[in-house]
Amino acid sequence: MTDQTTTTVGPRAGQTSPARQGPVPSPRDLAARAPARDAAAPAPRRPDEQSAAQPVLMTGAQTLVAALERLGVDVVFGIPGGAILPAYDPLFDSRSVRHILVRHEQGAGHAAAGYAQVTGRPGVCIATSGPGATNLVTPLADAYMDSVPVVAITGQVPSGLIGTDGFQEADIAGITLPVTKHNFLVTEAGDIARTVAEAFHVAATGRPGPVLVDIAKDALQAKTQFRWPVPFDLPGYHPVTRPHSRQVREAARMMMAAQRPVLYVGGGVIKAGASADLLALAELTGMPVVTTLMARGAFPSSHPQNMGMPGMHGKVAAVGALQKADLLVALGARFDDRVTGRLDSFAPGAAVVHADIDPAEISKNRHAEVPIVGDCREVIIELTAAVRAERESGDQADLSAWWSQLEAWRATYPLGYDEPEDGSLAPQHVIERIGKLAGPDAVYVAGVGQHQMWAAQFIEHERPRHWLNSGGLGTMGYAVPAAMGAKVGTPDSAVWAIDGDGCFQMTNQELATCTVEGIPIKVAIINNGNLGMVRQWQTLFYNERYSQTDLDRVEQGTSAGTRIPDFVKLAEAYGCAGLRCETASEVDAVIKQAMEINDRPVVIDFIVHRDAMVWPMVPAGTSNDDIKVARDMAPDWDVTE
Amino acid sequence: MSQPPVRLREQEPSASRHTLSVLVENKPGVLVRIAGLFSRRGFNIESLAVGPTEHHEISRMTIVVNCAERPLEQVTKQLNKLINVLKIVELEPAVAVQRELLLVKVRADAETRSRVLETVALFRAKVVDVAQDAVTVEATGNRDKLDALIRVLEPFGIKELVQSGMVALGRGSKSITDRALRPIERGAAGPAQ
Repeated sequence: MTDQTTTTVGPRAGQTSPARQGPVPSPRDLAARAPARDAAAPAPRRPDEQSAAQPVLMTGAQTLVAALERLGVDVVFGIPGGAILPAYDPLFDSRSVRHILVRHEQGAGHAAAGYAQVTGRPGVCIATSGPGATNLVTPLADAYMDSVPVVAITGQVPSGLIGTDGFQEADIAGITLPVTKHNFLVTEAGDIARTVAEAFHVAATGRPGPVLVDIAKDALQAKTQFRWPVPFDLPGYHPVTRPHSRQVREAARMMMAAQRPVLYVGGGVIKAGASADLLALAELTGMPVVTTLMARGAFPSSHPQNMGMPGMHGKVAAVGALQKADLLVALGARFDDRVTGRLDSFAPGAAVVHADIDPAEISKNRHAEVPIVGDCREVIIELTAAVRAERESGDQADLSAWWSQLEAWRATYPLGYDEPEDGSLAPQHVIERIGKLAGPDAVYVAGVGQHQMWAAQFIEHERPRHWLNSGGLGTMGYAVPAAMGAKVGTPDSAVWAIDGDGCFQMTNQELATCTVEGIPIKVAIINNGNLGMVRQWQTLFYNERYSQTDLDRVEQGTSAGTRIPDFVKLAEAYGCAGLRCETASEVDAVIKQAMEINDRPVVIDFIVHRDAMVWPMVPAGTSNDDIKVARDMAPDWDVTE
Repeated sequence: MSQPPVRLREQEPSASRHTLSVLVENKPGVLVRIAGLFSRRGFNIESLAVGPTEHHEISRMTIVVNCAERPLEQVTKQLNKLINVLKIVELEPAVAVQRELLLVKVRADAETRSRVLETVALFRAKVVDVAQDAVTVEATGNRDKLDALIRVLEPFGIKELVQSGMVALGRGSKSITDRALRPIERGAAGPAQ
């Protein structure tokens, strides 16, 4: 099969492929094997020729690759090394598993997460023992906080060496215990296939999360019988997905009676593939919706019932909706401190219905009057049916007073920004224009900091799985590798990394991977020459004492920085197209130029104003009621239309 | 996790003592998962005892925690999320038999030995080792009884003591392992995909 389009993900035309026994799968092959976007748990995607019937004698490493193939894995991100080397030999022969050689294991981990977030299937990363494995800790912690299904496979020193401080030995199972959903240490070849199957099952079901499988080198080398399918040995793992119907009915009754209800929507709705069901529930009830940072795209930004993002940098209307509500219906959300502000003053008048697949999230931070444990999609479907049934027997409370209040907040306190007086570029303008020109079909991947908040605020997020960012852990350096993984997962979508100049310098080495492997992502560096969010806090809370936040050196008597490194030159060094934009008048043209380039990655260095700040803001540790629309400017909650 | 000195046992006013019986898979690393969860989530273990059960694939932990009702609910939910945890039951003192084991080496010379032995008999404890100037006493019982024994022995001079964590079983004929065993047997039937 050949690929006619220019948007290719795969070895670039004219590039010599390494000698392999099987043909390199083309992007189309990969895409054809991929099921629909919103597909939930992984499923084998092709009937298996040599199934369980006859056990086959293989090395442990061969069983690992065979298991990955049978689990439908089409791509893995990794770097080989001593302890994992036996696995790389059969991987070389695999016809269906494409290995993408990253430049740093952290890149492999975030790429696996990016892949998982756009496809809904577990992303896979591979590293060797010791430093290879410890470099995965950050992306695993990141995936854990954001409930992303990632399977990490690491080599371990031979089992006889474990515990002796062998060369490149690290107790990665011990190290990752608090940042994985579960992990395994495998020392017997015969356990590899089953453990890998279990790892995928645990990662993808229930509340998704990262799972690490650490495999001793001698287990990879030993011979064993390969059987498939293989029975699980997970007696203690039974995620609850069906909600309790009495709780659902109680929630529906409260929703009918509430005068100021809000649907507080979190990332769980996206994970459950419940966006369409949420739309139906929201439109049926007429209730306002707020979508958290992790849930941007779960409900269309353009929908009139979407009040926007709540939280520290949320919209006044969204924060106000939560604070003044009499009922919060939390769906796949976890009452994070960045959403609640000071917990004891969060939504003081509200009763709480809390639906989550993880029972431990319910009443963890805020007591729930009605707890519902279950998969968000099943909960929302049953809730919709229960609301319908309730309506037949009675009326829903009139929400018009509530809506006129919400509309007043929305009209009075829209998102906005000031154009810099010195004629320099407003970062918000850049991000807003990328969102407009690339549109809702593009996937947006943000790093962490000011640019992340602006991208959450100013891009119209219309679809689930089109907005990726590091929400819980706040991992600077997430954007470039996660965008790479996202592009591999959804080769036909444009993937835009919106990154800061600080973040970009943490993981930009993966641009080499993108160029060599033919993964044409687009990177918009929002370059203000400093660590913008930290600097914003220094401006507001540390008397403008900018301790260690300037990344650039401004020469005496000039306003321009030294621009070290020169991101355009850096991009070109990596084989990417490098563009620069310094004025508002050039922004659209440069974005369009980038959109035309699809045969290699593009990096745009947007030189933006150094002092721009993210507003609104609820200062850390204070009440949501104290939100500031701009510096020293509090909203008037009693405003009317 | 370590048992604090006996006399320092003091309860926070709002907190109370709860005994959790936790059935876990008998696999390496399970203890560290549970201990790690407690420390990372900021819960204190007052005592922890772990050992085999009537089923060779299952170990049973008895964990005593001192906390209020809501943190207890949270810790139980977090424990339940651990893949190797099969079942958690809170054993109320009124409906459970709770026992700790105490070994204590008491100074006992010719002059005091008879009084020490009298105390031992009073508490239905027994002497398991005798030396010229000391005896080692073994006692089982609930915490109050062992505390009382220690108090009475103290004037003789305690040279060394060691206590196990508490173990507990619910009263009556029911077994908490019955239902937890079923998934273990079922495990073999669950197909990979």
